[in-house]
Amino acid sequence: MNIEATLVSDLLPLIVYFGAVLAVTGVMLGGAYFLGQRHSAKAANEPFESGIVPAGDVHIRFSIQFYLLAIFFVIFDMESVFLFAWSVALRESGWPGFIEALIFIGVLLAALIYLWSIGALDWRTRRQRIDAQKSGRRE
Amino acid sequence: MNTGLGGAMDIIGILLSVIFVSAMLIWVERRLLAVWQDRLGPNRVGPLGLFQVAADMIKMFFKEDWIPPFADKPVFVLAPTIVFITMLTGFAVIPFAPGVGIIDFNFGLLYFLALTSLSVYSVVLAGYASNNKYSMLGSLRAAAQTVSYEVFMGISIMGVVMLSGTFNLREIVEAQRDGWFILPQFAGFIVFLVAAVAESRRAPFDLPEAEQELIAGFHIEYSGMKFGMFFVGEYLGITLSSAMIVTLFFGGWLGPWLPPLVWFCLKTAAFILFFILLRGSLPRPRYDQLMTFGWKAMLPVALLNLLATGAVALSSA
Repeated sequence: MNIEATLVSDLLPLIVYFGAVLAVTGVMLGGAYFLGQRHSAKAANEPFESGIVPAGDVHIRFSIQFYLLAIFFVIFDMESVFLFAWSVALRESGWPGFIEALIFIGVLLAALIYLWSIGALDWRTRRQRIDAQKSGRRE
Repeated sequence: MNTGLGGAMDIIGILLSVIFVSAMLIWVERRLLAVWQDRLGPNRVGPLGLFQVAADMIKMFFKEDWIPPFADKPVFVLAPTIVFITMLTGFAVIPFAPGVGIIDFNFGLLYFLALTSLSVYSVVLAGYASNNKYSMLGSLRAAAQTVSYEVFMGISIMGVVMLSGTFNLREIVEAQRDGWFILPQFAGFIVFLVAAVAESRRAPFDLPEAEQELIAGFHIEYSGMKFGMFFVGEYLGITLSSAMIVTLFFGGWLGPWLPPLVWFCLKTAAFILFFILLRGSLPRPRYDQLMTFGWKAMLPVALLNLLATGAVALSSA
């Protein structure tokens, strides 16, 4: 099979459609650019932060949980890609494939339980955790 | 490869009708929410307020095309187009009916997953380019939420792939002739539904733009047509998610008496209304609850559902 020829002829509708989508986007943005009014007011060019004059740098420090989450995403999404391949070839790989996938998903779940138990999925701060322990609340 | 796909009529018809439906959804949602909240909603422009969308469009075109001087200008302009383009391009693989559609991919499902993943760049870049603290917080939340829910969004629909043995959306629909996948894949459906709501960042999972805490989140500095693109992009996302749910779990175009295209549109419309009802009825969770729910409940359920489906499919084969 000539892959090159197949690709170009088969993808043509998609390419045309994508071109049409780009054209619509261009018309919408370009139209608004040409039709829009222009004016300038005293406070128009200030960042909107609830009417309060912005203070400090935009690049604030944020919770470490966001970094952790990004790493978890990379790990788990990578592994889900292997599961995609297994699920489409389920019947070809048969029971041996199923056992292998079982082990693979077992490792995934074990990793998830480990992350859970070390508190990596817990968004509370240390302060909040201590407070919760003191008052005997579980959440 | 199906013949009769991807003609000029298909391309123009699908593009225009998808944009029209998404734009009209703005009116539909406002009217329905009003009904459920015991008020009137937009009813001034045209009969029943039907021309509200046209009025909004005219206003958006004539609004100032404002780019904040403190923003990262190229990225600021690029960000809203990403969600609009990726969501519209996603419709290319949707099997509307036999012979109606743009392209018939063997990997249509993966194409859909890829495009929904790409749309997260839109919010991340918008928040980053705006140079505003609220935008920054909103886009951080959006990024974390989308990547978390994406992991099991993919896994949840692999049960369907196991039962039908293909990534091709048209073959998945055909595989449901003997029974829709909603019954054998109920757990997968629930997980996919939750993930789809979270991916489109709508209430109850609208924490990236939670009005009460972040004002508008990532699109706080956007106005005019660029804001409109985020807005329409959200409705495009709902329409795309509904179409995918119908294709994967509710037999796509299959149904008695009526023509296939009508069945597909009716089912999709039902799910769009369901998404609006969700927004009208559920409160917003706290952000850590959202994350905890995703990682501790949905991900294990999706994985176990995959294993169970595999075992059943293999033992019945």
